[in-house]
Amino acid sequence: MIRLNPKKSQVIAKTIIWLAAFIVILLLLFILIYILSNGVPNITWQFLSQIPSDMGRSGGILSTIIGTLAVTAVAVIIAAPLGVGTAFYLTEYTREGKITKVIRFSAESLAGIPSIIYGLFGFIFFVIYLQLGWSILSGGLTLAVMILPTIIRVSEEAIRTVPSIYREVSYSLGGTKWQTMTRALIPTALPGIANGIVLSIGRCVAETAAVILTAGSALRIPTSLFSPTRTMAVHFYILAREGISMERAYGTAALLIILILIINVVANYLVNRFVAKSR
Amino acid sequence: MSNTMQEQIKISIRNLNFYYQRQQVIKELNLDIAANSILGIFGPANSGTTTLLRTLNRMSELAYGARIEGQILLSGENIYSPDFSVIELRRKVGMVFEVPTPLPMSIFDNIAYGPRLGGIRNRAALEKTVEGSLQAAVLWDEVKDRLNTPAMALSGGQQQRLCIARVLALNPEVILLDRPCSGLDPISTAKIEESLRQLKEKITIVLVPHNVQQAGRVSDKVAFMLMGSLIEEGFTAEVFENPQDKRTADYITGRFG
Repeated sequence: MIRLNPKKSQVIAKTIIWLAAFIVILLLLFILIYILSNGVPNITWQFLSQIPSDMGRSGGILSTIIGTLAVTAVAVIIAAPLGVGTAFYLTEYTREGKITKVIRFSAESLAGIPSIIYGLFGFIFFVIYLQLGWSILSGGLTLAVMILPTIIRVSEEAIRTVPSIYREVSYSLGGTKWQTMTRALIPTALPGIANGIVLSIGRCVAETAAVILTAGSALRIPTSLFSPTRTMAVHFYILAREGISMERAYGTAALLIILILIINVVANYLVNRFVAKSR
Repeated sequence: MSNTMQEQIKISIRNLNFYYQRQQVIKELNLDIAANSILGIFGPANSGTTTLLRTLNRMSELAYGARIEGQILLSGENIYSPDFSVIELRRKVGMVFEVPTPLPMSIFDNIAYGPRLGGIRNRAALEKTVEGSLQAAVLWDEVKDRLNTPAMALSGGQQQRLCIARVLALNPEVILLDRPCSGLDPISTAKIEESLRQLKEKITIVLVPHNVQQAGRVSDKVAFMLMGSLIEEGFTAEVFENPQDKRTADYITGRFG
């Protein structure tokens, strides 16, 4: 083995690490700029305010924006309480044992399944067996199952990082388990939990395979949870895949990215405000 | 010290045995704790002092595999009887931990944490409690202008006094302190000891000191424990000047431990 002098190895290591970060940032920037520069010019008021007509060749994408938000909302409203609840069960309400192992193993296995499989499951179970049809509800439920593992894992991690002495303090002041959880643990773990939920929202908004099979691809504005709908990601996929309109596909993609950005910023702001208040 | 005065018993420990799974940590312990006094329970590491302290507010039962036998009477009532509320117990018997443990919230919210758990919402009442508690813990003058700043930003000594104030906010009958000054400088230690001396007018204090000197400085009575057994107890001066048991004498004079 060649022995480098420490100064040289320092320089080489620095260069490699710097290069790695630089390449990643460059790649991200390139994708972002490429999509935004192709897409943003297509985003007009008409594009935002009208529903697609002629299969998406003209008109806007209003119904797909509504569809995306609705499906995502259903997924998060169902998965967040279940996931966070499970995380609290695993960390606070039970000791390590067979049950926790089974839950953790299931969650980890679920996390590794490709989303098209979730789509297939959702199609068979929600759409056909439960007769929910292609609908916002079916799509939302399918996405809920898909993001559950992430929410559980990230929340569990966040709760575990709360120093155990906080629990002791709360109990020693006459706190019940519930009070200890809601007043000492949740405020401390919240930034981490919120992080997991925001991550999941991003995945819901961007998901195609699982949604196309469960929510359908209708272009009308949905009127209820049982209406079929088309999300922006699905719309983009169909526009590009069927060669309907590349300009509109890019417009949709750009808007999708902007939407995720907005969700991230808003969530961050809300969490920071809450944390600042509770400190 | 008024040795001759008839003292009132606040806590009475009867035939106490405590186990963590198979390991016995406290052995057949009997001890009476006088009201409005400071009892120092001391002994070398692993002698069961902390565990004994934690049996007094039933924090010990939070540990996995904890099992207890015997009785602990608080003002004559067995705290381990099924109809004794553990929540009420912990509000009557407060605890200060070895490391200062402010919760990640403001000074005000830390002190108000206990009263709020009890359902007190009235802002004026909370403000009164917070001020009174901080004054009793000799911290008010240092923090009165920044009650809404994070408690974590206080110095170690201030944090520990904050923890005492937080316990006082519940108006407890007894306070348990587990080596409260082990990480603190002599000045902070002196301040805490001073506040303890004032507090015993109204409250019974049980202290596990971080060294023998502290037991000597602040305790009215001391109890010496070794490997889970109570070896000797009595008035501080008597035990320190004329220990009845050789092991107590050896420990106090620093021959072991």
